[in-house]
Amino acid sequence: MFEPVIGLEVHVQLDTKTKAFCGCATQFGAAANINTCPVCLGLPGSLPVLNKKIFEYAIKVALALNCTINENTKFDRKNYFYPDLPKNYQISQYDLPISENGFIAIKENKIRIKRVHIEEDAGKLIHEKEYSLVDFNRTGTPLLEIVTEPDITSALDAQEYLKELKSILEYLGVSTCDMEKGFLRCDANISLRPKGDTALGVKTEVKNMNSFKAVRQALEYETERQVAVLKDNGKIIQETRLWDEKKQCTISMRSKEEAQDYRYFPDPDLPLFTISKESIESAKKVLPQLPIEKRKRFISEFNLSEYDAGIIVSSLRMSNYFEECLNFLQEPKKIANWLIGSVSEELNKRCLDIAQIKLKPEDLVGLIKLVESNTINNLTAKQVLTFMLDTDKTAQEIIKEKNLAQISDEESLKRIAQEVIDSNQKSVDDFKSGKENALMFLVGQVMRATKGKANPKIVRTILENLIKET
Amino acid sequence: MFNTLTAHELTEKLKSAEISKGDILTSLKKQIKKNEDKVKAFVDFKESGIIDNNNSGCLSSIPVVVKDNICVKGSLTTCASRILDGFKSPYDATVIKKLKASGAIILGRANMDEFAFGSSCENSAYFVTRNPWDLTRVPGGSSGGSAAAVASDETIFALGSDTGGSIRQPASFCSVVGLKPTYGRVSRYGLVAFASSLDQIGPLTKDVTDSAILLNVIAGYDEMDSTSLYVDVPDYTKSLTGDIKGITIGIPKEYFIEGISQDVKKATNEAIEVLRKKGAKIKEISLPHTEYAVSVYYIIATAEASSNLARFDGVKYGLRISQEDNKKLSLKETYFKTRGAGFGSEAKRRIILGTYVLSHGYYDAYYLRAQKVRTLIKKDFLDAFKEVDCIVTPTSPTAAFKIGEKIKDPLSMYLSDIFTISANLAGIPAISVPCGFTKDKLPIGLQFLSNILDEETLFRTAFSYEQSTDWHNIKPNLE
Repeated sequence: MFEPVIGLEVHVQLDTKTKAFCGCATQFGAAANINTCPVCLGLPGSLPVLNKKIFEYAIKVALALNCTINENTKFDRKNYFYPDLPKNYQISQYDLPISENGFIAIKENKIRIKRVHIEEDAGKLIHEKEYSLVDFNRTGTPLLEIVTEPDITSALDAQEYLKELKSILEYLGVSTCDMEKGFLRCDANISLRPKGDTALGVKTEVKNMNSFKAVRQALEYETERQVAVLKDNGKIIQETRLWDEKKQCTISMRSKEEAQDYRYFPDPDLPLFTISKESIESAKKVLPQLPIEKRKRFISEFNLSEYDAGIIVSSLRMSNYFEECLNFLQEPKKIANWLIGSVSEELNKRCLDIAQIKLKPEDLVGLIKLVESNTINNLTAKQVLTFMLDTDKTAQEIIKEKNLAQISDEESLKRIAQEVIDSNQKSVDDFKSGKENALMFLVGQVMRATKGKANPKIVRTILENLIKET
Repeated sequence: MFNTLTAHELTEKLKSAEISKGDILTSLKKQIKKNEDKVKAFVDFKESGIIDNNNSGCLSSIPVVVKDNICVKGSLTTCASRILDGFKSPYDATVIKKLKASGAIILGRANMDEFAFGSSCENSAYFVTRNPWDLTRVPGGSSGGSAAAVASDETIFALGSDTGGSIRQPASFCSVVGLKPTYGRVSRYGLVAFASSLDQIGPLTKDVTDSAILLNVIAGYDEMDSTSLYVDVPDYTKSLTGDIKGITIGIPKEYFIEGISQDVKKATNEAIEVLRKKGAKIKEISLPHTEYAVSVYYIIATAEASSNLARFDGVKYGLRISQEDNKKLSLKETYFKTRGAGFGSEAKRRIILGTYVLSHGYYDAYYLRAQKVRTLIKKDFLDAFKEVDCIVTPTSPTAAFKIGEKIKDPLSMYLSDIFTISANLAGIPAISVPCGFTKDKLPIGLQFLSNILDEETLFRTAFSYEQSTDWHNIKPNLE
């Protein structure tokens, strides 16, 4: 039996207004090469000046990931030629990263963080048929590289780690972590070893995974591929492999022999920086409650299940929304169900975040209260929610407008039920002879006749009574 | 004529309306027309100069020449290299902004060794600049064009850059005053980097007073340069008192080595006597790690250069060779062909050297070790400045050599910077002033070194020496 050993390298774009070493905007989606200056274009004679906001962000992340923060930190040049890198070296951190040796706790597992360091991003190449174009807008935007120890033992755990890391970064407000925009990128190192062994096998590096799902799939694929090679008495080659989303497999890109020598050396244009104890202490004071604590609180304070708490807390905005709802209705479990169920479903359908919709917490609670008071049933409530999101109207307004209120008036329900009984004699007989399902059919007929507005519980009682009476 | 005067002399005459800006420019143009064909100091000369509509500053109407590695907005900046063919800087270097604000007129760009790699100006992609004192000899380098332009009175003063002696050595070869300020005293923003931890911009002038005046203008903290020092700039002209009583001058025994020419030795000793007579205490000192300076320098400087020059790749600006025989070249071929054709042989030599010393497996033995020795060299100086106020040495072991004499022997060329390199490694300021001539009538320079940010002591002692001698008033005969 083999088990995979996985280490992840995550690059996350820090959400600063300006770039890492110049005053250009970091704005996404601007016209090509608009957000550039002599510094980020690496023009002859230009020099980098650090955006100090980056230290503030990096210290927050280091604290949240339980890392030690190095008192002295410096920047190094990573030298390699590529057209998206205007200086043909990247300003990064080599042997004195801002922080090291932390961990993220995921359930009972601790994934150790080896290092967190600051570096500048490269530009973007646009490949045309005959030539390639370079857009330097992204060049010099600040990144944090977060590297784990090889502590992850399944593709699923890798996905869980990424989800937790993303939550933490969102909670800290240092990155939007938008993977589609490339604000969070992940590379993985993976090797296999016989279960129980401690020595590491030969690893491959997997790149080009553009979603958490892709990370899981690529690592699942790579695990299977390596298992097959080893079972066949083959050898794993140390190499870089690219995940092919369409073909759902990894493809060899380059072997270790072709690996580059980056000739790291301290960037002489930037001084050694000292991180003061005061700046760490003041960062500690403003550190928000992190997902792990919030989960615990939601479980103990609101009696949520671990599962529910996990889902709600994984998104900062969802968890804030949840707590706002509680101001209007002290029913945490019911609110949680709505958020995890119908609301999330609608959000996914619309590809929106909870912060991007106009539905106010009090309006959602208004809807839930209408279900509680039997004004509408669950089924109708789902429709109402859809309308609410489409139109920004309140539940009350929609129910009135569309005449969706539940019919609980027994007299009218009795009349409809009698009509249903009269025209479905066979089902009535079946029910009498002990077929419970037949009653459900009759309930369904009443619901149909009332266009779903009847309270199914009442309908059921009425039907039972009427059938008994006959 | 007016072109032979200094900035401070011209400023006096302008103030009293004795002369006008036009008079200065006319006499300079005349001189350039007469001599530039022989000297070839300029790579680009602007008929009416670049001026920023400011006539009120302290350098108002004073023409200046800048080395071709300092960015001037809208102007070609090529570092005398083919690889920057056609590159016009879209921005001004900080020193250029300051010069413009002070009212100076930028007259043109001075020739240099390609990317400041060299000590003779022979590594220019344009042409060799000649020494105004002997046209068969080099003007020194790498700021050879700047020094030659000042020495031949084709400008009033000039800016150069000094990474291992590139201002002081040509100043010494051409009998002008050349200052390398403290590392961080002058902003490097807009100076095309050779070795970022060693480069400094500095003035080349006809006398010490102009050097102080020009440093007043260009020095100071710059938020665009993280290595610039956040320290106020004193008025350096206040140091020009002529009085050096009570000053202790150190003479490092390690600098009077074999290979130093007899004429240089003699001139230096005579200069020391002048200083003693002026009231300075002379003390022999030791800078024990001097012998390692050249080796350390050629590791650190080339390492940084190999990385700094990586950006010249044909993708964004300058030379680009992306086709051959009507066939499109691949990215890699474009890199190779462009850099192969764009860089001269000394640039290639230094890129290869620097790449090697940073390579995996060699870094510790070369670069890291060199950094450690650099710290020791710096410590030598800091220790010495506990005992002495400044140090006096020859600027160069010899006077100007013949064009072609050393170009095939890079090692002997490297050794011509043996006395100047240490100041860059230590980050301390140093100035070269004229101190006599060889038997062949070639200029000799005297170097003063002082502690970090103590340019005032340099100016004080150098000015006092200048006051007692007449060397700086002797002009080359270009007829």
